[in-house]
Amino acid sequence: MAGAKVSKKTDSTAIIDPAKRAMLLAALYIAQEQKGYLTRDALHQVAKRLGLTDSEVYSTASFYTLFRMEPVGRYVIQVCEGLSCYLNDGAERVVEYVGAKLGIKPGETTSDGRFTLETVQCLASCGTAPAMRVNDQLYENLSPASIDDILERLMGEV
Amino acid sequence: MPQHEKVLLANVHRPNSEKISTYLRYGGYTALRKALKMSPEAIIAEVKASGLKGRGGAGFPTGAKWDFMPKDAPVKYLAVNTDEGEPGTFKDRLIVERDPHSILEGVIISAYAIGAHRAFVYIRGEFFLGVKRWIKAISDAYQHGYLGRNILGSGFDLDVSVHRGAGAYICGEETAMIESLEGKRGVPRAKPPYPAQSGLWGKPTLVQNVETLANIPHIVLRGAQWYSSIGTKESKGIKIFCVSGHVNCPGNYELPLGTRLKDIIYEHAGGVRMGRSIKAIIPGGASTPIISADRISTPMAFETLKAAGTALGTGAVIVMDETTDMVEVVRRITRFFVHESCGNCLPCRVGGKRMLEHLERLAAGTGTARDIDDLEYLAHGIYGRTFCPMGTGMAEPILSGLRLFRDEFEEKVKAV
Ligand SMILES: Cc1cc2nc3c(=O)[nH]c(=O)nc-3n(C[C@H](O)[C@H](O)[C@H](O)COP(=O)(O)O)c2cc1C
Ligand code: SF4
Ligand code: FES
Repeated sequence: MAGAKVSKKTDSTAIIDPAKRAMLLAALYIAQEQKGYLTRDALHQVAKRLGLTDSEVYSTASFYTLFRMEPVGRYVIQVCEGLSCYLNDGAERVVEYVGAKLGIKPGETTSDGRFTLETVQCLASCGTAPAMRVNDQLYENLSPASIDDILERLMGEV
Repeated sequence: MPQHEKVLLANVHRPNSEKISTYLRYGGYTALRKALKMSPEAIIAEVKASGLKGRGGAGFPTGAKWDFMPKDAPVKYLAVNTDEGEPGTFKDRLIVERDPHSILEGVIISAYAIGAHRAFVYIRGEFFLGVKRWIKAISDAYQHGYLGRNILGSGFDLDVSVHRGAGAYICGEETAMIESLEGKRGVPRAKPPYPAQSGLWGKPTLVQNVETLANIPHIVLRGAQWYSSIGTKESKGIKIFCVSGHVNCPGNYELPLGTRLKDIIYEHAGGVRMGRSIKAIIPGGASTPIISADRISTPMAFETLKAAGTALGTGAVIVMDETTDMVEVVRRITRFFVHESCGNCLPCRVGGKRMLEHLERLAAGTGTARDIDDLEYLAHGIYGRTFCPMGTGMAEPILSGLRLFRDEFEEKVKAV
């Protein structure tokens, strides 16, 4: 209810252009590409371009887990901790395996700034569990050997 | 094993199945040609007669929803729900990645039927390949004259654009999705008004799941009579069942509604690993109540699962064998919902956190009998009292888990 009232009010003030506002998520994705996270300056630039306040932009961005407010590594490894992955010897097992290889815990970034390890919810790959994502790439049917391959390849990349 | 003609998943395993040339080679867009020669009313009547119900989890009759769209409104929208995130569910991603045109053809026909000239595809931010496939499919459809102005000379115009979500399960809920499409936080709106009355920017909006839309071309092409001849009394047609967990052959199985759970698990998904027996099944995704193995003969249909105390949901079957720790299962599902709560209403936000605390203690073996009682009390309190269905969805696995496997919860206490 409260949400509906607020949106009506903002519409009637006609300060916010709904078409511009609708571009906010897309704009945040673009802004995030530069540094891998949303800097204060990036948020401010987005706000200015779309005719929104900084706090409106921050409030929206912070709602969505794929928008980051803190620096992350070049490769963000997101391991699914969902039920089907757990039932397939994944989830924590994969987190521990990857974590041990990289020497980090979930939420941490390697000291060289290359890898961040995170846990995430179901990736809609339950039929090919265990699953994880590295940046925008999905990896399924994970095994220790396949994880070794993936990490070695990423470590080899310049 | 009885053989079923593949309809929704007929294309997905073909090489280059995502390409428009492949789709056209196997009869793609012929339903659109047929539909554009029909009146919108005739299409709505056909979809109504087919008995098709939404495949996004709520199971609302699709034709009736189309009928609710005001006929005289000058501006109407269609929103395509590709936000699939209910744990256990992985069918929409398959169709989007492997056969996006089958959805798009359904989108165009649906938009024509309801008189919408603008459609918005909302897709989960994590589905990077899906985003690419949607964009390519749409641009190829424009090139072939299936989108844009005067589609195939019919005088009907339609534009479609793709919008990425950014990691929030709640944005799959239709009103939260509309908020997100407007560029806002994905907090659900109060219903009524329903999106069909006042949706995106206050305009009548039809929200439809990807699998639902993929059924539309087949219904138009082969008729409601054919479609409704498949399935059960209240559950017509075909459904993609996502089978995961302790089965030998997890995957997506397209079968008639009404197929018995037993047959899905043992005949199609290859049975349980290592010949073990089943302890529990989640039949329709994480927010549907857990059932025990003695329900295995239940036909997978809306009415029969309801009678069995659970729901068809998204058709995501999670199989758990005799070795499964049910306290851990309930804890893990609850953690998902607590993580994904939008925080807008108290029962879900605070109640969820409390319930998870009790479950964490019980799972760790440090809980007491009091934790079980408080957990149950809270779950009962939340049930049916949240702003959107997610809070109730959170209570379902807890209540059913406690009802069926209370002894396992009590074991954990005794172990201290
Ligand atoms: C918490 C929550 C999450 C939902 N997530 C999805 C989703 O990811 N995809 C989907 O199609 N429907 C989802 N739904 C259902 C939608 O609100 C809506 O009923 C559906 O998109 C309508 O399409 P249909 O009638 O074709 O199923 C969700 C509902 C709730 C309450
Ligand atoms: S039930 Fe949960 S997800 Fe739904 S509005 Fe309330 S807090 Fe948000
Ligand atoms: S539970 Fe891991 S992908 Fe669904």
